[in-house]
Amino acid sequence: MREVAHDYGERAVLRDVSLTLAEHRVGVVGANGSGKSTFARLLNGLVVPTSGTVLVDGLDTRTQLREVRRRVGFVFQDPDAQIVHPTVAEDVEFGLTNLGVPPQERARRVEEVLVRYGLAGHRDHPAHLLSGGQKQLLAIAGVLVMGPQRVVFDEPTTLLDLANTRRVARVIDELEHDVVVVTHQLDLLAGFDRVLVFDDGRVAADGTPAETVRWYVDRMS
Amino acid sequence: MTAALYVPGAGPVHRAPAGLKLGLLAALAVGLFVADRLEVVAGALAGVLLIGLGVARLPGRALLAQVRPVWPWLLALLAFHLVFTGWHTGTVVVLRLLALVTAAAVVTATTRVTALVAVVEWLARPLAVFGVRPARIGLVIAMTLRFIPLIAERAQRIREAQAARGADGFRFQALVPLLIQVLRLAHTLGEALDARGADAPAPSPRRAGASAP
Repeated sequence: MREVAHDYGERAVLRDVSLTLAEHRVGVVGANGSGKSTFARLLNGLVVPTSGTVLVDGLDTRTQLREVRRRVGFVFQDPDAQIVHPTVAEDVEFGLTNLGVPPQERARRVEEVLVRYGLAGHRDHPAHLLSGGQKQLLAIAGVLVMGPQRVVFDEPTTLLDLANTRRVARVIDELEHDVVVVTHQLDLLAGFDRVLVFDDGRVAADGTPAETVRWYVDRMS
Repeated sequence: MTAALYVPGAGPVHRAPAGLKLGLLAALAVGLFVADRLEVVAGALAGVLLIGLGVARLPGRALLAQVRPVWPWLLALLAFHLVFTGWHTGTVVVLRLLALVTAAAVVTATTRVTALVAVVEWLARPLAVFGVRPARIGLVIAMTLRFIPLIAERAQRIREAQAARGADGFRFQALVPLLIQVLRLAHTLGEALDARGADAPAPSPRRAGASAP
């Protein structure tokens, strides 16, 4: 990410951000409106920077968007906003259909992720009748089934209770993918390789979780 | 509003192609509106119930949940006909609609949404020459079925929030926060569709190879 800035109309949300993410697990924290969600959206091209360049594996999010999105999955805060089909299995299959995966291969991969995330018993259940935690797992399954190499999570546990927060944290922890997790829940970042703190559209701190989280907590106190 | 449409099963009705079921439903609709004999219409209703409850083994409550919303209209129609045309016509009209609604409920309860959507996409394929993307039509239908209960749930939350602050009953003002929530939801949904590859113009096997479902 080189000299990236982004504005929403008159409002600058990111200013002069330059960094390289090479770690396996990267956490992103910051106050509301600090620019962290916009930063996350830059990583898979949901937002294209007003100025500067974002490269994913050397691919420019401005010009090679489709390939970037194949490589980078994105999990939103509110699973209800990303579950688009009425039943569980149909929703997981949605992304594979978009990728042009043949039907038999789709069925195999859907089954695999439903089992992995404890949703196999809910295959034909209406998505809106799932619990909050199950909905978030469904949202994660719908992204991971597409086989991204990296996954960005934008506040994935904000709407969840403690048990489901731990469940989703465990899922993230077990992923072999490179992950970027935007969160307000600082204990989620234990064991991460790197944490960025955003403040007023800039990276205000960047380092190990122990250093940056302490810095952030002191600043917020 | 929050009832499940599809009821899992493995019988012959569940296994029948979605296109065949929709075709038979359309034929039944035409037949029912041509027929005006009470025994024919009553027989059709009995046949639909036999297929739904007997062959497909759907739970009665699943069909009832689909039919329940039309009861007030059926009763109103019956009352109208009893006053203006007589009991025979009224009974035929009510049984006709009841048979049709029940048959539609059997079709939706035994067919996955993706299969129904595939039929719609197949039917819409000729529109591609006018620039219409059939997959988009199918997606809109699937999303409509997905978001009706979600929006109803959010409306209920707003009503509860208003009731908690002393405003009982329906308030027109409830529409404003609901509209704002729906717009926010639509914005994120648009991003999620992009992130999950829904903007891909390349035909998928299902779409490209879609024959009659």
